[in-house]
Amino acid sequence: MVAHLLNLKWRLLLNGFKRSPWQLVGMALGLLYALGVLTLLVGGLVALRWADAGIAHTVVVLGGAVTVLGWAIIPLVASAADMTLDPARFTTFAIPPRQLLTGLALAGFIGIPGLATLIAALGTVGTWWRSVPAVSGALLGAVLGAVTCVVLSKVVTTATAGLASSRRFKDVSSIIVFIPLVLLGPIMAGVVDGVRGSAEYLPALARTVSWTPFGAPWSLGGDLAAGDVVAAAVKVLISVATIVALLFCWHLLLQRALVTPPYSGGSAKKGGKLGLFGLLPGTPAGAVAARALIYWFKDPRYAASLVIVPMFPVLFFFAGSQSGGYGLLMILGPLTAFTMAWSICADVSYDNTAFALHLAAGVRGLDDRLGRALACLAISLPVVLLFTVAPLFVTGDWHWLPNLLGLSLGTLFTGLGLASVISARYNIAVPLPGDSPFKKPPGNVAQTLAVQAVGMGLLALLLVPELALVAVQAFSGGPEAGWINLAVGPLLGLVLFVLGVRLGGKWLDARGPEMFAQLSVNR
Amino acid sequence: MTEPRHEPMSTPPQAPEPHVNRPAQANATPPAPGGSPAGGAIAALSIQGLAKRFGEKIAVDGVSLEVPAGSFYGMVGPNGAGKTTTLSMATGLLRPDFGAAFVHGVDVWAKPLEAKKLMGVLPDGVRLFDRLTGEQLVTYSGLLRGMDRDVVGARVTELLAALDLQSDAGTLVVDYSAGMTKKIALASALIHAPRLLVLDEPFESVDPVSAANIRGILESYVASGGTVIVSSHVMDLVQRMCSHVAVVAGGRVLAAGSVDEVRGGSTLEERFVQLVGGGHRTEGLEWLRTF
Repeated sequence: MVAHLLNLKWRLLLNGFKRSPWQLVGMALGLLYALGVLTLLVGGLVALRWADAGIAHTVVVLGGAVTVLGWAIIPLVASAADMTLDPARFTTFAIPPRQLLTGLALAGFIGIPGLATLIAALGTVGTWWRSVPAVSGALLGAVLGAVTCVVLSKVVTTATAGLASSRRFKDVSSIIVFIPLVLLGPIMAGVVDGVRGSAEYLPALARTVSWTPFGAPWSLGGDLAAGDVVAAAVKVLISVATIVALLFCWHLLLQRALVTPPYSGGSAKKGGKLGLFGLLPGTPAGAVAARALIYWFKDPRYAASLVIVPMFPVLFFFAGSQSGGYGLLMILGPLTAFTMAWSICADVSYDNTAFALHLAAGVRGLDDRLGRALACLAISLPVVLLFTVAPLFVTGDWHWLPNLLGLSLGTLFTGLGLASVISARYNIAVPLPGDSPFKKPPGNVAQTLAVQAVGMGLLALLLVPELALVAVQAFSGGPEAGWINLAVGPLLGLVLFVLGVRLGGKWLDARGPEMFAQLSVNR
Repeated sequence: MTEPRHEPMSTPPQAPEPHVNRPAQANATPPAPGGSPAGGAIAALSIQGLAKRFGEKIAVDGVSLEVPAGSFYGMVGPNGAGKTTTLSMATGLLRPDFGAAFVHGVDVWAKPLEAKKLMGVLPDGVRLFDRLTGEQLVTYSGLLRGMDRDVVGARVTELLAALDLQSDAGTLVVDYSAGMTKKIALASALIHAPRLLVLDEPFESVDPVSAANIRGILESYVASGGTVIVSSHVMDLVQRMCSHVAVVAGGRVLAAGSVDEVRGGSTLEERFVQLVGGGHRTEGLEWLRTF
C-alpha cells in the first residue's frame, strides 16, 4: 500500500509535466534554480567541514531549526500546501491508517521541497566528516530531521484544514505573507546586524535550541564529534519521541478530518448593494471598469500587488538610509507607474475562463480594453503622483519636479497602452482564480517570460523621448528640459494610450475566441 | 420539422474520413445560409457542417442542425460526443475549423457582435467573475450588453426572485453552491431577453425545486416565441420538456427532428441507446454478483 501511494505521487508529478512541452521548459527553469540554491547550500555545509566544530554546530543546529519552523509555517500562510495527496481523497478506500500515514509521509519527499530538504539535510553529513561517530550521528540526524519537517507540516496542514479552506482566511493570509517577503532585504539586514551584535550569544542559543524538538536531530553530528555521547543519546530520544508524538497527533487529526469535512459557507446576504456598478457610468466600458476595480480590492491576486506598492518607498528609504544618499528615491514615481501599468498585462489571464462572459455578451474589444485600463488608472494615478512628489520633500531637488512628473505620467499612460495591446494577444501564466498569489502558475511560464521581456523592451523604446529629456537635464543641469518633459510625457503618453487601447481592442475583436481557447487550457 | 443534413465537409483534403455507419436519413440538399429546408421561416439557429479538430482528436465531425424558431430543442449524447464543442462554435466562443452558424439569419462568425445580441449563452465548465455578488454579476452581464442601468436593475430583482436567489443576492458568487452558481449563470444569460437561449447542461447539480422553476421559466419563454436549445444527459427530462431533439455521438448527428419522430414508438432513452450503441449492460461483471 505504501508503495502504491509513492507510485501514485510519482505518477501525479510526472503527468503534471505531460500537459505541454512549454510547461516542461518552465519546470526545467524552476528546477535549475532550485538546483543552484541547493548546490550553494550543500557546498556551504560541506565547506563547514573545515570550520571550527563549535561554529559548525551552531550553524547546523540553527539552520535546521529554521527549516523545521519553515515547514510548519510556510504551507499555512502561503496556502501552498501540496494537496495532491489530500487525505480526504482516500476516505472511501479504507486504507489502514498506519499504512496511509507512512505512505503520505514518505510521499512528502517526492517533489522539489521534500527532496531539497532531504538533500540539504544529508549535506550535514559532509559537515561532520570528521570521525565515524560524527558521520553516523549526522546521517541519523539528517533522516530524523527531514522526517520531522515533513510530518510536522502534515500535522499543521491537517490541523488547520478547516481554517485554511475558509476563503477569507486564504485571501487575507496570502496577502499578508507578501509583506515580510517584500521587506526581506531590510529584515535580513536587521538580522545580520543583530547577529553581528550578538555573535557570542548565538552558540548559547544553538545549545538551548538543540535540546528542543526543532534542533535536536541537527545536533547529533556535532555532539558526537565533540564526544558527548550522553547528550547525543538523549537528543536521539527527543527526536524520535517528537516524530512519534507528531505521528500520533496526525493520526488523531486525520481520523477526525476524514469524518468531518471542512464546512465552507458564509452567511447569506441580501442584495441591494451594487457598489461601484451603481457609481460608474452604466456603459459597457464603465461596467468593465467597475468590475476590474472591485477585483483590485477583492481578489488577493490583484490585492497582493496593491500591498506591494506601499512597500516601495519603505524599501527605497531603507536603501537610502544604508547608503547615506536618497537619490534613488527619485525613481520611485516612474517605477511605481511602470509596475502598476504593467500589471494589467495579466488582466485577461486573471479572468481565466470567466472571460467567456465578455465573449458571449459580445463586448467590443475597445470597451473591454478601455474599462480595464481606466480601472487601473483610477488606482495608479493618485499613487504615482504622490510617489513622484513626496520624495522631493526628502531630497529637496524641486527643480526635478516637472521632469519627473513628465516621466512618471508618460510611463503610466504608455505602459497602460502597451499592456492593453499585449494582453489582447498573449495570455501569461498566473495563479488560477481562488489560488494563492504564491502558487506556481499552471501553463506556459517560458512564453510568459519571453513576451514580458519583449514587451518591456518595447516600452523602453516608446519611452525614449521622456528618458532622453531626463538625461538632458541630468547633463545640462537646467530645468528647461524638465518643463518640456512635463508637456511631452503626458501628451505622448495619452496618444500612445489611445492608440494602444484601440489596437488592443481591434486585436481582441479579431482574436477573442483564440484568446479564450488559450485561457481554457489552464483551468 | 427538420431533417438533419450530413453533407461531406466542404474542404475534403483536411477533412476526416467519413464514418461508415452514416444515418439513413442523410439528405443531400446543400445548405442555404440562414434558411430552413422548409422554406419561409428563418431558423433560430442554423448550424451548417461545423467541424473542429483538437490535435489528433476530431471532436466535431460535420454537425448540421436546424433549430426552428419557437422550438424547445434538446441535444443529447454520451460524454465526449461533442455537444459542448458544437454549442461553443455555434455561440461564437470557439472558432470552427469548418462550417458556419446562423442565428436568425445572422452569421455568428461574420457578424459576431450582432449575432451575440440575439443569444443568451450558458456555457458549461467555465468560471464566473465570482468575486462579485450574485446581484453584481447579473447586473454586470446586463451592462456589458449595453443595457440601461434602470432596466437592468428591475430585471435583476425579478430574475433573482424567480430563481429563488434573492436571499443570497449580496453573497459573493465564490461562496455559492454548485446549483446556485448554475442558476446565477442562467440569470446572466437571460438578462437581455435574447431571442435564442443556448444552455449547456442547465440542470446539472440544480435541486429539483429550482429545476422545476427553471423549466417553468423556459417553457413560458418558448410559449411567447423564444427558442431554447439545451444539452443534457437526462433523457427523461428531454423527452418531457423538449419539442425537438438531436442525438449526437462521436461528433456527428445520429438523428434529429421532433421528439416523437426521433423516438418512434419507444422511449427516447431506448432509442438513444439503440442509436449510440453500447447496450451491453447485462454481460460481464458476473463477479459483481458474487459478494
